[in-house]
Formats: sequence, C-alpha cells, structure tokens
Amino acid sequence: MAKELLKGNIAIAEAALRAGVDAYFGYPITPQTELLEHMSRRMPELGRVFLQAESEIAAINMVYGAACTGAWAMTSSSGPGISLMQEGLSYIALSDVPAVVVDIMRGGPGLGNIQPSQADYNQLTRGGGHGDYRCIVLAPATVQEAIDLTVLAFDLADKYRAVAILAGDGLIGQMMEPAELPPMRQRSRTPPPWALTGARGRPPNSITAFSIAAETLEAMNWQLQAKLQRIREREVRYEAWLTEDAELLVVAFGSVGRIAKTAVREARAYGVRAGLIRPITLWPFPYAPIAQAAARVKAVLVVEMNAGQMVDDVRMAVCGQAPVHFHGRPGGSVPVPEEILERIMTLSKEG
Amino acid sequence: MQTSVVIAGFGGQGVLFAGLILAYAAMDKELYVTWYPSYGPEMRGGTASATVVLGDEEIGSPVVRHPDIVIAMNGPSFRKYEPLVKPGGMLFYNASLIADAGTRTDIRYVAVPANAIAAEIGDTRVANAVMVGALAAVTGILPLEALVETVERHMPPARRAMVFPNQEALRRGAQVVAGLGQPVAS
Amino acid sequence: MDEQVVVVALQEQKVYSRPRALTAETTNYCPGCTHGLINKLIAEVIDELGIQENTISVSPVGCAVFFYRYLVLDGVVAPHGRAPAVATGIKRMLPDRVVITYQGDGDMAAIGMSEIVWTAMRGENITAFFVNNANYGMTGGQMAPTTLAGQVTTTSPQGRDVETMGMPTRMAEMLAGLPGSAYVARCATYDARTIRDARNAIRLALRAQMAGAGFSMVEFLSSCPTNWGLSPQEALQWIKQTMVAYYPLGEFKVSEAVQRLKAKR
Repeated sequence: MAKELLKGNIAIAEAALRAGVDAYFGYPITPQTELLEHMSRRMPELGRVFLQAESEIAAINMVYGAACTGAWAMTSSSGPGISLMQEGLSYIALSDVPAVVVDIMRGGPGLGNIQPSQADYNQLTRGGGHGDYRCIVLAPATVQEAIDLTVLAFDLADKYRAVAILAGDGLIGQMMEPAELPPMRQRSRTPPPWALTGARGRPPNSITAFSIAAETLEAMNWQLQAKLQRIREREVRYEAWLTEDAELLVVAFGSVGRIAKTAVREARAYGVRAGLIRPITLWPFPYAPIAQAAARVKAVLVVEMNAGQMVDDVRMAVCGQAPVHFHGRPGGSVPVPEEILERIMTLSKEG
Repeated sequence: MQTSVVIAGFGGQGVLFAGLILAYAAMDKELYVTWYPSYGPEMRGGTASATVVLGDEEIGSPVVRHPDIVIAMNGPSFRKYEPLVKPGGMLFYNASLIADAGTRTDIRYVAVPANAIAAEIGDTRVANAVMVGALAAVTGILPLEALVETVERHMPPARRAMVFPNQEALRRGAQVVAGLGQPVAS
Repeated sequence: MDEQVVVVALQEQKVYSRPRALTAETTNYCPGCTHGLINKLIAEVIDELGIQENTISVSPVGCAVFFYRYLVLDGVVAPHGRAPAVATGIKRMLPDRVVITYQGDGDMAAIGMSEIVWTAMRGENITAFFVNNANYGMTGGQMAPTTLAGQVTTTSPQGRDVETMGMPTRMAEMLAGLPGSAYVARCATYDARTIRDARNAIRLALRAQMAGAGFSMVEFLSSCPTNWGLSPQEALQWIKQTMVAYYPLGEFKVSEAVQRLKAKR
C-alpha cells in the first residue's frame, strides 16, 4: 500500500479499525478529539459499535462491559480523562479482560492546557488506579510507529488479557507524516470461553475484580503478578541508536525521542559521541539495555516533556554506574533540538 | 539535508493549508516530511502556524526554534518570527498587509504582495498559495510543478472548485519573484 | 358388615421449589433483609420467561454485590455506581441478550447518578433493579440519598436534616420523567400482595426489554433490620407505614409499547 499523509490521531483510529476493534467508547477532549470523530464515522460504516459516552468514567466502564463479552474494545482520551478512567482500569486489570486505551497527553496538572506533554508517565506506568497492577504502555515516536503500536496494543491486550495503553502526546496526535496503514484484518468473532454471553450449555461465567475472602483475593493477585512477570520477560521493546561507541547516553521516549535524535545527530557532527536509547515499551521498561549502555558512558541525559518522571526508572536502571542528568519541559512546552544539544555539549565538556 | 519552514498568520489565512501543500508535495516527491500545526482555540482568529520539515533523511524533530524559512502572512507573525529565522535563512512576507521594514542583515527578505495577487486571481483566500509559489521559486526546495500537481492530486472532493485558483496562485507567486531565485543554502 | 377397602391414590405434586436461576448456597444477607426475597423473585421470573441462559447480570458495590453469585447467570461486578455503563457495553455488543443491573441506593442514586440517568436518557434497552433500603447497608448504615427526613443513621445522628442535605431522592419518579425510559415501577415486599405486584413488575420490565421497548427500572423498598435497629417484622412494618408515605408504590412510566405488552400478558 502507498504512503498517505496522515495525522497521528486519524492514523491511530484507522489502525485500530484495521487491527479489528469491535467497539469504541469515548468522550471529547483536546488533543485527541479527531480520533473520536473518525471513529464516529467509520465504526458505523463497518457495522461496529461506536458510542459517545457521557464521561470518561462511563466510557471506560462501557469498554469493561464490551470486553466482558469477548469483544475488542477501546477508548481514547487525554490526561484529565485518563485520570477519571483509573477506577475502571483497576477493575479491568484484575478482571483479566483485554482493553486498549489511547492517551494523547497534554499539559497538566489539573485542566493544564492542550499542548503536548509527557506528564502522564507515572500514572500510566505505575498502574494509576488502586491496587497492585500494571498496564502495558507503548510510546510511539512517529505516525508510522503510532499505527504499528496500535495494532500491537490490541494483540498484546488480547494475548495477555490485559490493558494496553498507547501513550502519545499532542505532538504525535496533531502532526502529519507520510505513513502506511495495514490492510483490514479479518478476525474470528468466536467469543473466548471466559466471555459473558449467557450461560447456554455451560456453567455460568463470572468476571470480577472482587473476592470477600483474603486468601482468594491474594491468589488472584499472585496470578495477576505472574502474568505481569511474563510480560516483563517477553515484551520489552526499545530503540538503541548510535549507542555502540557512545560516551554520552541520551534517554527519551515518544515524540521527545525523535526530537532528541536530531540533537544526537548534531552532537555527532560536532564530534561528541552521543547515543540514544528510546524506550518503546514504557512498561515493561527496558532496564537491562539501559544498564548495559550506561556501563560504557561518562554521563546519561534524560529528556522528557515533564518535570522528571521516567528519569526515576533510568536512575534505577543505571544504578550509579554513571551520573544521570535531566532536562525537562513541563506544562505543554516542547523541547527543541537546540536546547538538548546545548545540554549534551555542556555535559561532554564537563566529562 | 533538511529544511524547516514555518508559515504563520491570522487564523483563516490558510496557513495550515499552505503547509499541507508543501507536505503533500514533499511526500509525492518521496521526501521525508512532517507537518505540525498550532492547534486549539488559537486557531480561531488568533495567530496560527504550521511547521513543515522536509528533507532526504529521516526527520527527528518536527518542531524547530530557528526555522530556515518563514512565511509571514500578517504583521504580528512578521514581528514574532523575524528574530527567530536562522541566520542565513529567509523571511517571505505578505507585503499587502505588512509595511514593516526588515531589520536584520543576516537573513534575506522577500516581499510578496500576496493579497493583491490573490485579488487579481479573483479569490483572496489563495493569498497563502501565492506565498508558497514564491517560496518554491526562490528557494527551490520543491519544484513549482510538483506543487501544482499536488493541489490537483490531493484537493478533497468538496473543494475541487479551489484547485484552479490555488494552482494559478502558485504560478503567479512564482512569477512575481522571478529573477530573485537562488536555491537557499542550508 | 363387609369391610370396604377404600384405596386413595396419593400422588405427590410439587407446588414449590427453589428457582433454577437461584443458587443453592446460603446467602450472606442479614436475617430479615429482603434482598434475598428480591433475588428470589427475579430468579423466579427469569425461570418463568425461560431466559436463564440468555441473561447477563451486572452487580454493583454494596450488599447487592453478591447478586452475581446468588443468581445462576453469567455476570460481572462493576465499579461503584457504574453498572449501567458496564451493562451498556455488554448490551451494545450482544443486543439479543437480556442484560440486567442490580443496584443499591448509594450505588444508583449517589455515586452512580450520572450513569443511570444517561443510560435511561439513551433509552438503553436494559433493566435496572434498584434496591432502596434508605441507608448504606454494607458499610454499616450511613445516610443514603434515599434516607428519609429525620431518619437517624450513623452519619446523620440527629436525623437527616433536609435543610442541609435536601429531601430524599425519588429515583422512580425521576427516571420516569426521562424520555428514554419505557417502564418504571416502585414495589415493596412486605406482604403477599406487594410481593405479587413486585413479581409482576419484574416480569413486565424484562418483557419490555425482550421486546426492545427501551430502558426499564423496578425499584424495591427493602428492609435493613440490622442497620435500622428493628426486628424483621418491625422493619417490614416500617416500610409499610413510613417509607411508602414518601415513596408511593405503583407504575410511574408505562410507554405505549409496554402498554401493548401488558394488554397481551
């Protein structure tokens, strides 16, 4: 298929359709609204379910209900709406049903603003709601990657019966870039054995994130943790670029990952051996590759579109092997390559 | 090599669309390209902008602090972006609406009476395309004919009536700066 | 005198048994609480309509959470107040299944007010069963939206002050006023007549859903002897004498489609 000039939000919506989403529930919020709008047109065209919910709270619970029937269900939002969804996500996580959530992050806290941000990092990667759980978190850096990771989000959610979150930001959502969409996937619609379909010819199925007995709930928790451990072992994804001979390691994710790439390229032109690790899965986080790269460098620079969140994970990965520096822009400001380059140059002189 | 272009003006002056002409043409020429708009309430009546980065290698940052080229459609955009143009870069400005004189000596100014030309074509809405035509002729970052073809190829069905005025605007923009042209070094 | 032997053929005829849709396990409900009775009535009607294998339940948070276990149905436990949204998700995927929620008063009328109102507004073709016992039972008897004026609870020790807390919420009347609702009724279960009426309301609500008539809701005035500090008998009397005065029984909305169903019976 030929490349098309695609806006991130539309590309994600269209990728979800082609991956095989059965139901979309959502609520308007900038900077992801084009996604909702696209779904409102395309889902009925394809004979699938679209419903504009009265709130993000309702939307995530509609996703929960649809997922309980074995459907591939999704919602999308931005920070303030993702905050409202945390209750539902906590239930879904222990219920072992698949769901896909798209977060096109904007400046926070509170109403914040509608400009790009990565300040939902902690909320997305730590679980976000109450209880012990994690969601799979995928962070695209290009429109093409947003498409590919949307498809992957559905496959991982289905494979592990878990929540997979696509963590974009206003920049990825709003920008256009040539990209190629996958063909429309034909999926078997046979409901899985655990689905709620009416107990015809079998004992009833129950889906709950609940047990009044401590020993039962503990067992459910350990089962969930075992699943999360399998995901940690199998699903780490990252991009390493020019890290082989690097003396200075930059770590950045999502749109900042690509912005940092420009700075790394320019630093190389000035003779500074910089390299980049761009985590693609924010959870599970690529601790091991960062630890290995950090063993060979003089300094690590973490760049984020927030006041410093992923930097904690990088510090855990580096574990004292090299100093970890941070450059951040919170509140909806986008770091430009020039300022990252400046930090790289300063650090290389200090080193 | 990469070139960054910022197109800025009032909401309604078609700066996002002007950026799209460049972005689609770049894609059609199989270049790498990104298009990033200002978005939200500022689009309605305030100052809007689109940033287009294009080139023959994978594009890192779709945002730039110091663009190689700026198209300023109105006075506020001229004043905002004049100091930001990269040294050695170019500032194309809509001379129909901007009387300001350039103050920098390290960038090149190109005055284009875009509204006046668009009015001659019969549709002031295509002043944006006049500026893009002028940019193509002076900088050579994309051939004029590629832009003209792109408008034909990608104009959505509901706006087909705008294909010819836009193509005419691109050509007239290129003509008005004819002779000034020299591919920009970057 | 010849002895005549009269042989009377005795034939056992079973006239009552536990409904198939109701669990055999002992419930967690307090003695005298009418949750169990309401569970049983719903199970009886499900049996009668032959929809046990076609029905999916959504249970809430609170005493009513155990509905998913006591009814022998496919079921899910929703977050507090969100059962109507979860039910919406299920129903949109499986429009030919019967989808029911079973919610308490805190769940539906306080934290879940938005979800129930919008589900009714959309005319979502589901049935909501609403158990109104005028307090939060599971957490030990706090003031609920449905707590009566002056009623003492653990968080209204001087009695509900309507000057600061407003009047008790009449859910049936409110939902009946929404254009999307097809059938809304309020029932009780304090004597044979009210139990019979409740069973009829449950049946009509489920038939309305099966006919695709739109949103249906049945409210039950239910007893909570433990938290009310009354004996089971006194609790039923309190419903009859005190609750009914503020929460009148009857049908509040019967759409034309449901009226036609009712005429067919």
